[in-house]
Amino acid sequence: MTNDATEMNLAPDHSHPAIPEDLDLGPVEITVDKLNLWYGEAQALKDIDMQIADRKVTAFIGPSGCGKSTLLRCFNRMNDLIDSCRVDGSIRLNGKDINANTVDVAELRREVGMVFQKPNPFPKSIYENVAYGLRIQGVNKRRELDETVEWALKGAALWDEVKDRLHTPAFGLSGGQQQRLVIARAIAVQPEVILLDEPCSALDPISTLKVEELINELKKDYTIIIVTHNMQQAARVSDFTAFMYLGELIEFGETDQVFTRPRIKQTEDYITGRYG
Amino acid sequence: MDKLHLSEHISQQFNEELEEVRSKVLQMGGVVEEQLNKAVKALITGSEDLAAEVVQNDARVNALEVEIDDDCTRIVARRQPAASDLRLVMAVIRTINDLERIGDEVKRVAKTVGDELRGTLEEDVRQELEHMGEQVSRMLTSVLDAFARTDPDAALAVSKADRKVDVKYKAITRQLISYMMQDHSSIPVILNVLWAARALERIGDRCQNIAEYVIYLVIGKNVRYASIDEIMAELEAD
Repeated sequence: MTNDATEMNLAPDHSHPAIPEDLDLGPVEITVDKLNLWYGEAQALKDIDMQIADRKVTAFIGPSGCGKSTLLRCFNRMNDLIDSCRVDGSIRLNGKDINANTVDVAELRREVGMVFQKPNPFPKSIYENVAYGLRIQGVNKRRELDETVEWALKGAALWDEVKDRLHTPAFGLSGGQQQRLVIARAIAVQPEVILLDEPCSALDPISTLKVEELINELKKDYTIIIVTHNMQQAARVSDFTAFMYLGELIEFGETDQVFTRPRIKQTEDYITGRYG
Repeated sequence: MDKLHLSEHISQQFNEELEEVRSKVLQMGGVVEEQLNKAVKALITGSEDLAAEVVQNDARVNALEVEIDDDCTRIVARRQPAASDLRLVMAVIRTINDLERIGDEVKRVAKTVGDELRGTLEEDVRQELEHMGEQVSRMLTSVLDAFARTDPDAALAVSKADRKVDVKYKAITRQLISYMMQDHSSIPVILNVLWAARALERIGDRCQNIAEYVIYLVIGKNVRYASIDEIMAELEAD
């Protein structure tokens, strides 16, 4: 655990259940059941039970080191890349266990796309960045590629800004445009879920608003999970909010409820900027 | 105090801003309380000087409302308050609106003294009005106290007290109607008494509104159109 989490200096509050009994999520895309995760000896996630609503935006908030990024990375098994990492419990995506031996991780990552804090376009043209995933899938027909690239760039609200320079290097775009390009690259392969790990923390306020607007558009077609340090951003973009602390899920509920009358004092203290 | 934990923000400046806005509301409440007591006294004693003082002082109430309103706007713009902080700011904005309106009703009472009554109240009517004025004044004191201590049970008691004011208002109305029927020439004066009683009744309603904001502040539920029984159930469930 890093310092920020321990500064609150309180054991996680278990006086109320983390999820209200009457919470109505609608259709569920992902079900997390008794998930525990260790990095070597250190336990980073403790008994996480949670469901992610289909085609809604779910935000994870909490101090640094609370486990929110770790949990996010479980959904497309990015933690597999860390040798010391061990997971038990289950995560089911539309009913199937994503940690089963039979799961093709590359296919899982197509279904569950991810966008990181810093835009990471490939050192290629704008067009080739978006077409990359399709080419890997074996799509080579020019027309099919053209159509999908246009569709994905429109979906990421970037088309009008780049349509006249599709074959110029992606690095020529601004940070905000690069981030939307990366989102276009993620949606080009038609995922079910998009994971956003602090997607706006390297962007200026106007680019941030554009990405937030885009998130609102994307949720019509995709399930979105966003990790953010910016609580106002969570309040603006999400339908559901999960507050995590010291590896535990403290409170999960509708965003309106969490930001106007949190049920648990630790959530209240965190979102109002109080000492624990 | 500090059920609201106003002093626990990491930002000391935010602590101070919220504390200041909270104490200004109590200050404004104190001014309105003083105005109300003076107006009732002017009404029952027929003191035109006192009534004139009340009318003049209403500007102080208005000025405080504008000042607190600006403070709240600034807090929303700069701090983006959430959860109990947000509910405090919302409750303050609503409370000062009702306090200002109470100030207007008080002014109305005072004006009837100066304009029309001039000490012509019948003794029994005078007593009834004095009693009603005391009831309403107690409600205002109690609701400001409930706000200061963020005490939802005390606020609920204020809500309940409003029923008694309503009963008293109806009794006074019946009494005044019978006077008007007995002596038609008394109608202009008695209408003014009726309006003063009406103003006091309205003040009771507004104290009840403030009580509901206190409950909202504490439990986060809007009980503005709930019955007393429903509010009690909400408080128990919390």
